[in-house]
Amino acid sequence: MKKIAQSLIPQFLSCVGGAMDLFVPVRMSGAANWGIWDKNRTVDLDTLKTVKSPKDVFFPQCQTMYTVHHADAGYTIDPMKLTSQPFCVFGIRPCDVRALTVMDQVFLAEPEDTFYRARRENAILLSLACHRPAQTCFCSVFSIDAAQSDGADVMMWMIGQDLWLEGQTDKGNGFLEQFSELLEDADDGACVEEEKESIRAITRKLPYSGLSLEGWGEGRTDEKFDDPNWEQLSDACLACGTCTFVCPTCQCYDIKDYDTGHGIQRYRCWDSCMYSDFTLMAAANNRTTQMQRFRQRFMHKLVYFPTNNDGMFMCVGCGRCVDRCPQSLNIVKVIKTMEKGREEEQA
Amino acid sequence: MQELINRAKELLADGTVARVLGWKKGDFVYNPEPHIFTSAGELEKDFIYDGFCGANLSKYMIRASRMEGKTLVFLKPCDTFSFNQLIKEHQVDREKAYIIGVGCKGKLDHRKFQERDLGDIESISGIRMMDECDVVHVTTIYGDKADLPFADVMLERCHYCKTKDHQIFDEKMLGSRETTDKDGDRFDEVRRIQKMSPEERFSYFRSELSKCIRCNACRNVCPACNCLHCVFDNTNYDTAQKANADSFEENMFHIIRTLHVAGRCTDCGECSRVCPQSIPLHLFNRKLILDMDELYGEFQAGSDTQTPGPLTAYTLEDPEAGAGLERSRG
Amino acid sequence: MSEDCLCSNPSYRQDVLIPQVGVIRKITQETPDVRSFIVTSPEGGRLFGQMPGQCAMVCAPGVGEAMFSITSSPTETDYHEFSIKECGELTSYLHGLREGDQILVRGPYGNHFPVEDVYKGRDLLFIAGGIGLAPLRSVINYCLANRGDYGKIDILYGSRSKADLVKLEEIRQVWEKAPDTKVWLTIDREDPEWDGHVGFVPSYLTEIGFSTDKTAIICGPPIMIKFCLQNLEQLGFSRDQVYTTLELRMKCGIGKCGRCNIGSKYVCKDGPVFRCDEIDQLPDEY
Repeated sequence: MKKIAQSLIPQFLSCVGGAMDLFVPVRMSGAANWGIWDKNRTVDLDTLKTVKSPKDVFFPQCQTMYTVHHADAGYTIDPMKLTSQPFCVFGIRPCDVRALTVMDQVFLAEPEDTFYRARRENAILLSLACHRPAQTCFCSVFSIDAAQSDGADVMMWMIGQDLWLEGQTDKGNGFLEQFSELLEDADDGACVEEEKESIRAITRKLPYSGLSLEGWGEGRTDEKFDDPNWEQLSDACLACGTCTFVCPTCQCYDIKDYDTGHGIQRYRCWDSCMYSDFTLMAAANNRTTQMQRFRQRFMHKLVYFPTNNDGMFMCVGCGRCVDRCPQSLNIVKVIKTMEKGREEEQA
Repeated sequence: MQELINRAKELLADGTVARVLGWKKGDFVYNPEPHIFTSAGELEKDFIYDGFCGANLSKYMIRASRMEGKTLVFLKPCDTFSFNQLIKEHQVDREKAYIIGVGCKGKLDHRKFQERDLGDIESISGIRMMDECDVVHVTTIYGDKADLPFADVMLERCHYCKTKDHQIFDEKMLGSRETTDKDGDRFDEVRRIQKMSPEERFSYFRSELSKCIRCNACRNVCPACNCLHCVFDNTNYDTAQKANADSFEENMFHIIRTLHVAGRCTDCGECSRVCPQSIPLHLFNRKLILDMDELYGEFQAGSDTQTPGPLTAYTLEDPEAGAGLERSRG
Repeated sequence: MSEDCLCSNPSYRQDVLIPQVGVIRKITQETPDVRSFIVTSPEGGRLFGQMPGQCAMVCAPGVGEAMFSITSSPTETDYHEFSIKECGELTSYLHGLREGDQILVRGPYGNHFPVEDVYKGRDLLFIAGGIGLAPLRSVINYCLANRGDYGKIDILYGSRSKADLVKLEEIRQVWEKAPDTKVWLTIDREDPEWDGHVGFVPSYLTEIGFSTDKTAIICGPPIMIKFCLQNLEQLGFSRDQVYTTLELRMKCGIGKCGRCNIGSKYVCKDGPVFRCDEIDQLPDEY
């Protein structure tokens, strides 16, 4: 176990940021989002949830894959170089770490996505426990521990005026070794255990902690797809992509061309199944109503994905969509409404 | 609130309307959602109207206008400007709407509670329409308690309320309360930004707009953005929809959108309310409203269903082309 | 942390989303709106191997990229052929290309018709409408190239008019002359140039009345598939005897970008070939 005074964190980050790319939650114009560390930027470790999740770091919203040049001799293709240097992601929350495991199921399945793989392999994840989870959090429903992320290389706890750090992997221990100068050894981790217990006690009491996923998951396609509630659940949906873009597990993308005038960049960018052109083809569109698109998003997260991935849900309960949907629609309302429908049916 | 439910039930029962467009209780006090009610039972169980019902329901009436029968819609005073403007643009059918102009005592902004670390609201009092409250009492799930002046947690738009008079309605219910409480007017912030040096101004906008995630929430909520097919949804377009191929594109998206709604924007403020990144988008619209007011005389979109907007009418007194450019130099 | 251009550094692992350059060697005008393109690598030779029914992403930089079925049989090892109907922006652009022009190709994608197991030794009934012959042509030619492995072959093919029948010459010169192979052609409307059958494919299917000991493989416009399925059922075919292909919007081709997701399947990866009883398991969204 290591420890550093809160007041020394800027200096610590400066050391890390000088040695490698360092991603941190940055506060800019009133919002916290992930960004690359820079001494002039305001690091925000207090805000529980960044607006966008750190998904961006691994699967950027916009990412050029290759450039095509056209000459008389024909096309030449210049693929982009893959990330090859270790980099640090500092302050990622346990739910967002789990979200990477969810995205792994997609991007690392054969044939694997090399862009994602390179970033995933080179990342050193320093996860920060959620001292004060929010009302909208429901990570515990997916068996995520807000007090300790098992997927992180280093686990961190902010307790009083100190940040406690514990290496969990070789990579994490190596990182703590590399930057040990500012860290002090701390043998007595009793306060960390206390903090963990406190966090777990809070998450048990959160309003969504009792959310039941009974009735969702593998093989529930027929039952859920034809549920009459989709119509009213999606009534107010604006067909914007807010839920998709703030979601740490939504991974659908589009592939587009951008003519730079000196070569055509083929890039991929986040897409949303909520958008009307998501399934549009030259000849037809197989989802023409917003109800169908809305249903697709939740069926994918709660039925189709678990069916293909041993029951793993495509949601980590971060609650960002609950917080950000312009009209207050969200996955929890969907789960609860359908649960109610089941109860009524059974009664 | 019960009188709204009772009246809606009456109108449903006597066949005046086929459905009710209102707000449905959320699972937290601060997240009610727009909803179409079709039965008395549903209204009794889920209908709500309180300080968190900021959503402007006018745009949903485009869809409701194509449905069988009339729709009862609850519109706050500022929402009625949007509805009028939609009539002017032939997007909604007046005959398909039964409008209850509902009073407004100011609407709350959940983000302002979050900024004060009071976002995890377990219970709250003082937000119901019935209460003439000046103070909101909040208790969070962590047991933190605070008494906040209502005005401190109000949506920005309410501080510069255009009016508490409904511009169009079939009947009115519940009273309103004046919420305009700032010295000066709604253009103050625009004027402040106008006074910045070009570099300062540019960096202000770059900083705000670089947060944009192109989720299109501002566009999709905007009653003036009612094109069936948006220019940004054109897949042939290099700057299509969701992608910022370079960092200037989010600026372009917002500039084009602002210009497209100029003269039609009622300044309802929904764009800023819904922005997940809290970008003050309404300032763009206000800038154009201010410019148009100065060039063409004061005009409020949606104050009636007839008067042509400044950019769609021509008079001999209109300033010559280039007047805007000279103004900006001057 | 940007992914810099690679020109200076050849040590990269090439991503599957990065295409290869293909050269159009030959263009054939099949019908007024269908052209076939023979494509090889710049050095000559096929870009990659495939199985019958598999697809490839064809890309015109700056215009777009879309999934097309590979029309040529895997037994044609020198090239790939794509028969493409002009109907959108990309396909119009492709129709404007000339022999010698380049396109970008990646693949092969998707599953394939089970020619190596299920179909072996069976009597096969191919039913195609219009450009729907494109994916079936690869299977038909594969079966004909390995004629001994399969039973009797019936091919029922129809189009709007005689001019809209794709690959008519090959049908007449090769398929009709192949051993133990029968071709049934039909067009929708009377035509003075046409002395064959006139009528829609589904009704011709009922008229002929195939015996139910065959495995049926259908491809064509959705409405044709729908009625052919009905009529096959009336003839006594069960759903697990019938194969068809689905077509949804695709971008990545490898089951990641999400848009061809339907139920727990990704059409680009788990399809495009489905047995009809498998399709019945999917939500009704195709």
